[in-house]
Amino acid sequence: MLAAPKGGGLSLWAMLARRLALGLVLLWAVSLVIFAGTQILPGDVASAMLGQQATPAAVASIRQELGLEQPAAVRYVKWLGGAVTGDFGRSYSNRQDIAKSIAPRLKNTLLLAAMAAAIAIPLSIALGIACALTAGSWIDRTIGLVTLSAISLPEFFAGYLLIAYFSVMHLWLPSSATVSEGMSLGQRFVVMLLPCLTLVLAVVGHMMRMTRVALLNVMTSPYIETALLKGLPRSRIVWKHALPNAVSPIVNVVALNLAYLVVGVVVVEVIFVYPGMGQYLVDHVAKRDVPVVQATGLVFAAIYILLNIAADMISVIANPRLRHPR
Amino acid sequence: MSRLPPLTPLAVIGFFGAAAFILLAGFAPWLAPHPVSEVVGGVWEPPSADALLGTDNIGRDLFSRLVWGARVTFAIAALATALAFLLGVSLGFYAAVRRGWVDQLLSRLNDLLMAIPTLIFALVVLAVLPKTMIVLVLVMAILEATRVFRVSRAIAADLVVLDYVEVARLRGESWRWVILREILPNALSPLLAELGLRFAFSILFLSTLSFLGLGVQPPIADWGSLVKENKDGLLFGVFAALIPGAAIAILVICINLVVDWMLQKTTSLKRGRRDG
Repeated sequence: MLAAPKGGGLSLWAMLARRLALGLVLLWAVSLVIFAGTQILPGDVASAMLGQQATPAAVASIRQELGLEQPAAVRYVKWLGGAVTGDFGRSYSNRQDIAKSIAPRLKNTLLLAAMAAAIAIPLSIALGIACALTAGSWIDRTIGLVTLSAISLPEFFAGYLLIAYFSVMHLWLPSSATVSEGMSLGQRFVVMLLPCLTLVLAVVGHMMRMTRVALLNVMTSPYIETALLKGLPRSRIVWKHALPNAVSPIVNVVALNLAYLVVGVVVVEVIFVYPGMGQYLVDHVAKRDVPVVQATGLVFAAIYILLNIAADMISVIANPRLRHPR
Repeated sequence: MSRLPPLTPLAVIGFFGAAAFILLAGFAPWLAPHPVSEVVGGVWEPPSADALLGTDNIGRDLFSRLVWGARVTFAIAALATALAFLLGVSLGFYAAVRRGWVDQLLSRLNDLLMAIPTLIFALVVLAVLPKTMIVLVLVMAILEATRVFRVSRAIAADLVVLDYVEVARLRGESWRWVILREILPNALSPLLAELGLRFAFSILFLSTLSFLGLGVQPPIADWGSLVKENKDGLLFGVFAALIPGAAIAILVICINLVVDWMLQKTTSLKRGRRDG
């Protein structure tokens, strides 16, 4: 498909450009879905937003304000045009500029997710390798069982369990993660430790299991058998022969799970009252504040798509065979 | 089904837990000592003979609410999973059998829906839709159907190229026959494991939505709602919110144990709870 020069850096850049372009198309389609998704109710947005207080006059004024007299297509173009230039309009419930409210929250959310990733990635890869090294033994089975349980815990249970232990029984860490502008990095770190741990618990199990599976899959290939028959020790086989070939699937799993952080972060932010995008979204869903929900949904989708592209690209770099798609 | 591996102790524990949950949901009226919204004491009282697990945020018996909540959780999660499978499997098989532009169209549409994380998608639509059970089940079912579609299309696409399916096609059988008689019987065992995974995911998804206050609405309560109702007690040292949370966790662990056991032989199906 791609006339790629052998081993050249150019093909990678070309691939990246292509993925980004595809990502943009996808994001545009997603914006359509999100916009349509907020128009599908039987009545109209105005009466849904007002709920119990839907007097005809109030409905009319909201319809006016949101421009609901115009056809949906016109409203969509206006909304998208604004979104592209970073203008998401004003919140219906508190009249604030949405883009201005999102910016600091987005920073907070990304910080929390990055912190969780920094802990979760090395931890899960180490555990995965440990399991693959000892496959079938009691160590492997114990780690497997523990991570299966971690996968099965709803984030809110894990979060409240941590709060119960660290904040209520021992008063070691604060139960709410309200960060503000004036806080030093150290203070932020302490406050964010519990939400961060909750997120780590949410992703580590899956990442570790997939790392283990990827390694064990490579372990079944003929050249590993040859190495075994040659009499090489198992640890050497795993490190020198299997691991380099398992990098690509592992990287892929890690990146996909980073995308999962986007979802996990929503619940975690609500539990710990952390001023990020997730809490902002949930608050405004409850208030039926459609402009905010559309904007936040679009930003979340954009991050998700970007992370998926990153996952793709990193696995291409790790596995050059993927540069020549069949 | 004959290919299922021998039972392991962990699988037995899993089956036992899942069966207990279904019995709890089925026999709730006989098992719950109190009606679901009856106030039996003060707020957040410790466990007693009358209230086995203590009382909740407005003095209702937590144990009874847990039993009744099992019913709500089970009904909604099971219904959503069933609908998701009906939709996802039939469209997935159809796409794999028809191939060509039908497949392209359905697959690309599915990719589009999957490009938005499930929870975010659900929140966006729930912002405007009425908060009823039917809407909740439909939203959950459609979002899960996208995952089922992808898996069942992949399974069917592997089967479609096999000789016996080719023979059936050459015999001039309709695609309905091909799907029902040739593909479905051979796809059952991997689909069964997927069913377990999806059911576990449904329970987590429903609980999360209810916890966020956007799922099951009061006065009805599922296990996620029970966590939400009692979460404020935590800061006063009342751990009532942890009990329904633990119930969800134990149930999902049990289902995952059963799924793990089923997957021991059919490794072709990759574990994918975390797909958005």
